[in-house]
Amino acid sequence: MNLNATIIGQLIAFAVFVMFCMKYVWPPITAILEERQKKIAEGLEAAERAQRDLNLAQNKAADELRAAKQQGAELIEQANKRANQIIDEAKDKARLEGQRLITAAQAEIEMETQRAREALRAQVAAIAVAGAEKILGHAIDQAANEELMNKLAAEL
Amino acid sequence: MANSHEVVETTQTASEYVQHHLGFLTYGKHADGTWGFAHSVEEAREMGFWAINVDSMMISLLLGLLFLGLFRFSISKATSGKPGGLQNFLEIIVEMVQTNVKNTFFGKNDLVGPLALTIFCWIFLMNAMDLIPVDIIPMFAQWVSGNPHLYFKAVPTTDLNITAGFAIGVFILIIYYSIKVKGLGGFLGEFAFHPFGKWALPLNLLLELPGFFAKFVSLALRLYGNFFAGEVIFLVIGLVGYWQLPMHFGWSVFHILVVTLQAYLFMMLTIVYMNQAHQTTH
Repeated sequence: MNLNATIIGQLIAFAVFVMFCMKYVWPPITAILEERQKKIAEGLEAAERAQRDLNLAQNKAADELRAAKQQGAELIEQANKRANQIIDEAKDKARLEGQRLITAAQAEIEMETQRAREALRAQVAAIAVAGAEKILGHAIDQAANEELMNKLAAEL
Repeated sequence: MANSHEVVETTQTASEYVQHHLGFLTYGKHADGTWGFAHSVEEAREMGFWAINVDSMMISLLLGLLFLGLFRFSISKATSGKPGGLQNFLEIIVEMVQTNVKNTFFGKNDLVGPLALTIFCWIFLMNAMDLIPVDIIPMFAQWVSGNPHLYFKAVPTTDLNITAGFAIGVFILIIYYSIKVKGLGGFLGEFAFHPFGKWALPLNLLLELPGFFAKFVSLALRLYGNFFAGEVIFLVIGLVGYWQLPMHFGWSVFHILVVTLQAYLFMMLTIVYMNQAHQTTH
């Protein structure tokens, strides 16, 4: 264990190495570390922000879905209502049409009956006149018995 | 027990073995005035102060360059994005140093971080040399030089010159920043007027001066002592034949802890002393 000039050599080497480290090693590494720290902080912040945005978007989507469902339900209800209405209207129309047809038919029947009756009456009158002529043996004065014939025909 | 018998029988050679391993490859001026490598421990001692331990100096410089080179290599490819394996590893070290500096050093000085990083990594690498089996590097050096009796010490921190070199560097910084922050008067006043006020000046000096120089001793001698002792035990283990394998393993595992701990301690003490130099209130 003897001290010699190695001590000076080591001292100089130490000084040089520390200076080198101070100039070329420490600053870049600490700069990189700091930069990474900043990056990580930014990344975390961005992730948080994205999470928040995602939550907002999810809420919004849920709201819109709910609104759409409601709207859909309303539309269906409206459509049902409208369909019922159309059916009712159609029913009413059909009933009215039926009624009208029945009435028309009845009127025609009435008319036909009337006409047949008229024809019958005329023929009965003619038959009655002819019968009476036969009975009486001569022609009845058409004009003089007109009233009588008509009364007879009306009674038939 | 059988081994101890062997050891006793070969006491001379075992002692020589240890002695040889504790010698340095010293370059200096011989007694006859010529320059060259010392051929024995005594010769090295006779060379006096103006000689240099080539082995510890060389390994120290190589490891220092390895440290700086590794960091520079990593920085050249570094990104602030996802780090690769090496970058990640080095960043862990830098962050560890940075955290310790932040928690311990309350002044404002850009030197402390790089200083602490250099001390930690460099001393760690030097210390880690003692995990390489004690004979490998000397044998390699002997093979390269072609001299089978070459002295070669592989662990620079077992050389007091190296640890003292670190300690002197830190000591100069302590004094420089003490004077810079407190002024020369404030710096000397700390020795003269604390802790008992100015009327007990001699007593204050007696208390404070040893404390001040203890900083140097605690840096240089603690590290040196730990590794010198560890090295000697490795050498002794190296003498016990095949039984050295489990023993060597155990002591190495223990030394993994010591290697890291001593490097960490040197760094922490440096930061603490630098902090004291920057504190204006005593």
